[in-house]
Amino acid sequence: MKLLTLNFLTCARKTCKSNAAAFPLHPKEAELEQVETDMNPLFIKNILPRLDWEAMKTLTTELGLPNLPAETPSDEELATDGEPSQTAKDLHTLLMETSIQSGKLVCGNCEHEYAVKEGIANFLLPSHMV
Amino acid sequence: MDYLIRLVQMHETFRKPELDALADLAGLDVQWLSYSLASPFAIVRFPPGIDTTVAARTLISRSLLCNAIYELWGTGTDYTTLHADIRHRTEFLWPHYRDVSFRFELDSFHGSRTTAEQRSIIETFAYMDFQGPIVMNRPDHQFRVFEDSELIGTTPHALHLGRLVATSGRKAMNMYNLKKRRYIATTSMDAELSLITANLAQAGPGRIAYDPFVGTGSFPLACAHFGSMVFGSDLDGRCIRGKGDKTVQSNFEQYGTSTLYLGGLVADITNTPLREERLLNCVVCDPPYGVREGLKVLGSNRAVLQDVVYLADGKQAHLQPNYIPPKKPYSFLRMLDDILDFSATRLVDGGRLCMWMPVAGAVDLDDHSEAQAVKDAEYEIPRHPALELVAVCTQDFNKWSRRLLTYRRAPGESVDEDAMLAYQAQRLTVANMEDDGKKADDLNAFRRKYFQGFKNATV
Ligand SMILES: C[S@@+](CC[C@H](N)C(=O)[O-])C[C@H]1O[C@@H](n2cnc3c(N)ncnc32)[C@H](O)[C@@H]1O
Ligand SMILES: [Zn+2]
Repeated sequence: MKLLTLNFLTCARKTCKSNAAAFPLHPKEAELEQVETDMNPLFIKNILPRLDWEAMKTLTTELGLPNLPAETPSDEELATDGEPSQTAKDLHTLLMETSIQSGKLVCGNCEHEYAVKEGIANFLLPSHMV
Repeated sequence: MDYLIRLVQMHETFRKPELDALADLAGLDVQWLSYSLASPFAIVRFPPGIDTTVAARTLISRSLLCNAIYELWGTGTDYTTLHADIRHRTEFLWPHYRDVSFRFELDSFHGSRTTAEQRSIIETFAYMDFQGPIVMNRPDHQFRVFEDSELIGTTPHALHLGRLVATSGRKAMNMYNLKKRRYIATTSMDAELSLITANLAQAGPGRIAYDPFVGTGSFPLACAHFGSMVFGSDLDGRCIRGKGDKTVQSNFEQYGTSTLYLGGLVADITNTPLREERLLNCVVCDPPYGVREGLKVLGSNRAVLQDVVYLADGKQAHLQPNYIPPKKPYSFLRMLDDILDFSATRLVDGGRLCMWMPVAGAVDLDDHSEAQAVKDAEYEIPRHPALELVAVCTQDFNKWSRRLLTYRRAPGESVDEDAMLAYQAQRLTVANMEDDGKKADDLNAFRRKYFQGFKNATV
């Protein structure tokens, strides 16, 4: 699961949905994998406005990855002389090339842990939680 | 000039919605001058002031349900009127084509012409006075005479002449053929319909598509083919993981689109981990019809399972590594509502939901009581106050049919708040009815009907 995906996910429990503490989920004992892929500048540009930047910053800090800029980079910061800037490349590496292979994702509200195995997170809940 | 689109004569009800979706995606204003479900020839016009050649190429470049688009040189009800119309529309162009290499062909819908007939028909166009070489392989220009007949063997009622401008995206169908795909299952959606679904959903570069019933990934694969970022989830983790090197991930690798694949999640549509934010451009899915096995969602109706279950050693059952959460029956109609509501809360303005569902109609049974049951079992098309129905396309099989429904997320401000409240209240009522002990069977008309009337159906 690419790290970008985590920006779209929260706790699966209905009672946690509206609780701010349920997002982002917190990685625990996470094993990361990096696979080099072609950079798509258009996608980075399009995805940035949709990202919850604070959640991204929390995630990188918790995973011990290099710190992100304080604010969402502007379009100008993504390109230098028509070429993708270092910022754009770093974002590509973080969002598109890095994935969680195994570990857990923990809800900050109810503390339920969701397992990640073989890169696939499991959000199924026992009946007392649905 | 006007343009003639050579459509394929199948999946007829999908054809115009597909091209309308592609036109809308490209911001093209297409005017349909002639279109009929019974004909593979449609004529369109683009607004003045744009490069119509580029527009024509753009319109069909991704389309599955047409073969090619032609500049329309003339149209008529017989050869006399066709020739007159060609002269009227294009006489001023003929000198430009005097010395180019070219090829003329005949495309006879519902008809067959001997080689001699074809040659003599093509010779009737000699007055245009093309003097360049006739080349079969890659000529500068290809012309095609189209004959349209309503029934096999009848005299054509419409004739057209076109000059080829561009071919369609139909080639992708072969590339995505399930027979050549690394990982498939019995419910994988066929390549053609998956790609059409991705077109109706307007998947594309810079967009995000999500399939909440991802299975082996047919829809996300098709959306990624058009450049969209994709991800999906399924209640059954085994289908995402696959077996050995046959996994959803491996399919993306096969088509070279794994960059666009964000990942697969194990999740239930009724307890989704997706944030309630308007972040998705497309939701594409083929939900379970609940036919072979009843529909299931997370949860249990058993009282003992409403609390934490402790094992003999005092450990909590749900925290064990190979714990399997209980599932309970669910009604198909409620699931459809859930999909609509999921989409309405997560699609951006203008974002699209493409959802397949059975029609459960169109069966001619002798027994009248049965016929009544069949009629009653036909589904209403589900609606949601925040989703505008864009297209209803039907695929007929021998004994049953299914539909692809396409909806567009209405812009936030145009959604009627009262309608929204009424809608949510209605969903609650249905939920309570079901919790009051109605069995999934009672609520699931299609399932009942399937077992009564379709016992021998091949799906
Ligand atoms: C018709 S199949 C979809 C097949 C998929 N389009 C493909 O090409 O492989 C329906 C899928 O829905 C999944 N499913 C069933 N109930 C579900 C639920 N409550 N939530 C999410 N997925 C569910 C099934 O496991 C199955 O994979
Ligand atoms: Zn939670």
